[in-house]
Amino acid sequence: MTAYLVRRVLQAFAVVVLVTLIAFGLIRLAPGGAVAAVLGSGGTHQIFLAQYLSWVGRVLHGNLGFSTRLNQSVGSLLAASLPQTLVLTGSSTLIALVVAIPVGLLQAVRRNSAVDHVLRGLTLVFYGMPPFVLGLVLVLFLAVDPPHLFGAEGPQAPGFVGVITDVRDLTLPVLTLTLISIAIFARYMRSSAMDALAQEYVEAARARGAGQRRVVTAHVLRNSLVPVVTLVGLSFPQIVGGALVVESVFNIRGMGWQIWQAAQNHDFVVTLGFTLVIAVAAAVGSLLADVGYAVLDPRVRHGQA
Amino acid sequence: MTADQAAPDHAHLPALPDAAPARGSRGRHAGPAVGPPGPAAQRAALAGRARRALAACRAYPLATAGGVLVVAIVVFCFLGPLVYHADLTRVLFRQANLPPGAGHPLGTDGDGSDELGRLMVGGQTSLELSAAAGILAAVVGSLWGAVAGYFGGVADAVMMRLVDAAIAIPAIVLLLVLVSIYRPSTGILVAVIAGTSWLSTARLVRAEALTLRLREYVQAARVMGASGARIILRHIAPNAVGTIVVNVTFQIANAILVLATLSWLGLGVAYPSVDWGDMIGSATQTISDGYWWQILAPGAAIIVVIAGFAMLGDGLRDAFAAAGRDATPSGATGRIGPASDLGAR
Repeated sequence: MTAYLVRRVLQAFAVVVLVTLIAFGLIRLAPGGAVAAVLGSGGTHQIFLAQYLSWVGRVLHGNLGFSTRLNQSVGSLLAASLPQTLVLTGSSTLIALVVAIPVGLLQAVRRNSAVDHVLRGLTLVFYGMPPFVLGLVLVLFLAVDPPHLFGAEGPQAPGFVGVITDVRDLTLPVLTLTLISIAIFARYMRSSAMDALAQEYVEAARARGAGQRRVVTAHVLRNSLVPVVTLVGLSFPQIVGGALVVESVFNIRGMGWQIWQAAQNHDFVVTLGFTLVIAVAAAVGSLLADVGYAVLDPRVRHGQA
Repeated sequence: MTADQAAPDHAHLPALPDAAPARGSRGRHAGPAVGPPGPAAQRAALAGRARRALAACRAYPLATAGGVLVVAIVVFCFLGPLVYHADLTRVLFRQANLPPGAGHPLGTDGDGSDELGRLMVGGQTSLELSAAAGILAAVVGSLWGAVAGYFGGVADAVMMRLVDAAIAIPAIVLLLVLVSIYRPSTGILVAVIAGTSWLSTARLVRAEALTLRLREYVQAARVMGASGARIILRHIAPNAVGTIVVNVTFQIANAILVLATLSWLGLGVAYPSVDWGDMIGSATQTISDGYWWQILAPGAAIIVVIAGFAMLGDGLRDAFAAAGRDATPSGATGRIGPASDLGAR
């Protein structure tokens, strides 16, 4: 297990280095003096590697850059926009998992029953619903038509406390993300549990006389959680940087909204800095997912994975 | 389309023994011959095929329903304009933002264009680009994943680290940066969408390949001296075909979502082309006026298509799972047997 962990951490490190190369490479390809904006005018005559290393050096000293367009350092912009995104995505992901795992399991166990069909239809509709459509529909019917039932805009107050306490404005954006995440997770959970149910160990357990409850909790749940863990690990980039769409529907100044603004205004310092932060978070998330994978599935940690 | 996809091969149909086509062709009226006139045997085979497809539709109603939805939307978008004529070229402010009613079944948008007409024309753009991007993504991802999963070791590490790195950057961020820098043409837009979405397919297929490579028949093939390419194409890919086919449908659904999102943000196809995302984008500007039809109509279209592809994918997945479960080494017994995936698959 230790050897697996060490190897996996090294891999995560390699991923972060690769991401910085990809991101910096993209910025360098961009026209309009992007590199000068990031490194200052002195940097433009250097070769790629020197530019890259000098940027990495600054980042390692905690300097993500300074946006002349916003007259603000990227670090302080990050500090201002992180709470919004964390609250929004963190709460919706947690609620979604708590709802989706039992729902998917129930669907798999009661496959093709009336319950399964209804839940399947519901998850399909929400799976197919783009976040902006769902968000706008919620706004139309919960904030515009019966006016002021909920806020049509997300929380505008700064800081964690300001965001969390503004329940009226937070409801619709969190609801939007939660409903869609439930649909995604539940569909995965259902198919994954169905796979597990068809395996021989389930049959073997039944042959040994294990009851339905034991089969489902000890064999199916554990084995079908593996893909779901992967899925959650995969959704880390969206968790940290994303919800961009929901943030733009509800005018929440989170990380996604800032990246969108930066991309539109060619404010490459912000784009690069935020991309880096999200990538590191995603690498950590993927690492955690793989560790979870190894905990859940001994074949992974003992095999030559 | 549905029928063919639900029954790509009679071997996958658990309920029908192999003798079905022969028996069917003699037993009943075979229906109009669809293919070119040929020998009787050929026509009988065709009829058998059609019958099997029909049986498959009955066995997998979900896939059938999904296929019907997809076909219905395609017909609506591509053949609808031949029946329903709408003037989409002029701006008529007298008719702007009319609610659904006589003359405009779905109302009009902010330019006074008919929503129903726009929905059809916009859908053509959405469907064409998304299908192209989705298929491209699934093919690239499957090959990448199968190669990485089968060869393992250094190749796997390098290939999957690359995937990890690319996946660590949220697709939407990558898309925004790329699209805002390059203002893409249609082709580049397709490539960019596929380029950011093949990663998940690669991971799924790689995971499948990882388990498949340990199966006895793969080991046996390797011992017999089969090359890596042969094992991947003859053993890994066919056994991962369920995952791959299902993935194509989901990739198309995803591409529709991504394209709509980009267009909604104003970064999609260049004006005067529109797609469903554009339509919702312009309606968003006036959201507080409560013009619900401008959001519900294209929104519903997007949902129906994505749900249709997802149902198709789900149903196909069930069909493949059932095929794997029911196929026993001695042939189809039609019973859920223990020879699930070690023996027959």
